[in-house]
Amino acid sequence: MAEEMRIVLRNYGKIDPLNIEDYLKAGGYKGLEKARAMSQIDLINEVKKSGLRGRGGAGFNAGAKWSFSYNTGAEVKYVVCNADEGEPGTYKDRIIMENDPQSLLEGMAICGYAIGAQKGYIYCRGEYPYVVDILNQAIDQAKAKGVLGDFDIEVRMGAGAYVCGEETALIESIEGHRGEPRFKPPFPPVAGLWSNPTIVNNVETFANIPVILEKGADWYSSIGAKSYPGTKVLTLTGDVNNRIFIEVPTDTTIRQVIYDFGGGIPDNKKFKAVQIGGTSGGFIPESLLDTSIDFDSMSGIGAALGSGAVFVMDETRDIVDVVQRITKFFEHESCGKCTPCREGTKRMNEIICRLNSGQGLAYDLTTLEKLGRVMSVACLCGLGQAAPAPVLTTLKHFADDYSAHLN
Amino acid sequence: MSAYINIIQEYKDIPGGLIEAYHALQREYNYIPEDAIAEAAKIFGVSEARAYGVATFYSYFKVGERGRYVIRICESAPCHVAGAAEVVKALEQQLGIKMGETTGDGKFTLEFCECVGQCQATPVITVNSKPYLDVSPEKIPGILSECQ
Ligand SMILES: Cc1cc2nc3c(=O)[nH]c(=O)nc-3n(C[C@H](O)[C@H](O)[C@H](O)COP(=O)(O)O)c2cc1C
Ligand code: SF4
Ligand code: FES
Repeated sequence: MAEEMRIVLRNYGKIDPLNIEDYLKAGGYKGLEKARAMSQIDLINEVKKSGLRGRGGAGFNAGAKWSFSYNTGAEVKYVVCNADEGEPGTYKDRIIMENDPQSLLEGMAICGYAIGAQKGYIYCRGEYPYVVDILNQAIDQAKAKGVLGDFDIEVRMGAGAYVCGEETALIESIEGHRGEPRFKPPFPPVAGLWSNPTIVNNVETFANIPVILEKGADWYSSIGAKSYPGTKVLTLTGDVNNRIFIEVPTDTTIRQVIYDFGGGIPDNKKFKAVQIGGTSGGFIPESLLDTSIDFDSMSGIGAALGSGAVFVMDETRDIVDVVQRITKFFEHESCGKCTPCREGTKRMNEIICRLNSGQGLAYDLTTLEKLGRVMSVACLCGLGQAAPAPVLTTLKHFADDYSAHLN
Repeated sequence: MSAYINIIQEYKDIPGGLIEAYHALQREYNYIPEDAIAEAAKIFGVSEARAYGVATFYSYFKVGERGRYVIRICESAPCHVAGAAEVVKALEQQLGIKMGETTGDGKFTLEFCECVGQCQATPVITVNSKPYLDVSPEKIPGILSECQ
């Protein structure tokens, strides 16, 4: 039986999140103290060596990213926390911020010191106004205690646009514009917010940082999968007995997640599919459940770890019906800046609707596949590139569901 | 009119403060009054088209009126398979309006939304941003009666 390991959620249920004294008593801000006693380069190397990779979906080595901003030597730099959490089925960043906001602030302050930034922003989704209140209280307390030193943190609220989770769209939004992704390069670590070097990291990524400093890079890199060490917070939804969140080492398998932690499928029904990483993730069939959840193993089976959402479907679910919900999502959330996505998401949804209503032809399946392949390479940002994944993976693994819908 | 100006003015000096100003307007009115867009454009020194473009980009903002209680139903996949459609049906029936509409007395507006991050207890609806969990048709009368 696999077991949980709480690193990011180390203080969950143990401290009063709205009392900084509790956090300090639990060893809080020791990591920042330690970081400030190091040189910036040593600090960045330590984070690099831990092997910590971004928890927001792209899986980039955090320390390596920081070094790009550090190396620019610009005077003004920014640290931005991506708390947009728009991926359906995901609520792990909320759990972290609600239960241990100071660990996020500490992680951001460590990053600020490492790259030489005095200002941080937390971009929190508009659906979480209550979390914005918690964060503001936590910031006030940290300022009153003086623990952040000369590092300032401000909370900005998103307004219900999924694409704003994409880092350059997020930056546009903080600047007060429509959240349309930018052309890259330049990448944000070199030219981001108001064209200054900007590190954007996910909430969970930042929350890992204080512990890494406290316990050391070697300790961290020895946990979980070698190429994507540490733990991952997962949220279980759909047809699973325990609809809970868990934090597990990254070498845990999908099967362990669904059966050991999730308690299996309700009402003695059979498993049919699981979609991991949120709505842009691939669908995974029974035969691949022994895959470990780490970033590279998931990519290896044509799926993604993404945000860590685990959406389980039992044998009674009609895959085409679920996929229709997903294609509608992408049509709605496409920002419209580039044609392959603006048009592609619309046509994809059109075809899936046709199939779902029993009007589809075999020809539609070929078109879907072709359209999906084009979108995944031709779209400007990750939204359009990932949008076809649910369609392509279900065409591959659940072809029978599609055939059943053909006219 | 001057009420808008006072609200918007407060965010004038914040870099990128336009979106924050819209949030503040919406906290006050539950929507962004059409006229306020023109005021915001003037105060932030951008064209009206641009100010309008920002307001309409974000699904959380609504330009033009809506009810005092905005009820949003999550239709993302986890809520969908948990029975969001039944909740929609019950709400439409009990309020006598369709999704996207506002009741004649201006009290309730029904809107679809995507995941609001409370997926531990699907289906989920929000009433003026407050989440209600594990919603079923039976729970709707109680939730509506809380809106006074
Ligand atoms: C459409 C889209 C939505 C995204 N949404 C999020 C999100 O909600 N939260 C997040 O942390 N990253 C999101 N990302 C990834 C970010 O662009 C970025 O890679 C991440 O914030 C970097 O932080 P990390 O390295 O700590 O993961 C999204 C990317 C795309 C393309
Ligand atoms: S891929 Fe879609 S969301 Fe991304 S820039 Fe193009 S239109 Fe916008
Ligand atoms: S899927 Fe409905 S709240 Fe997350």
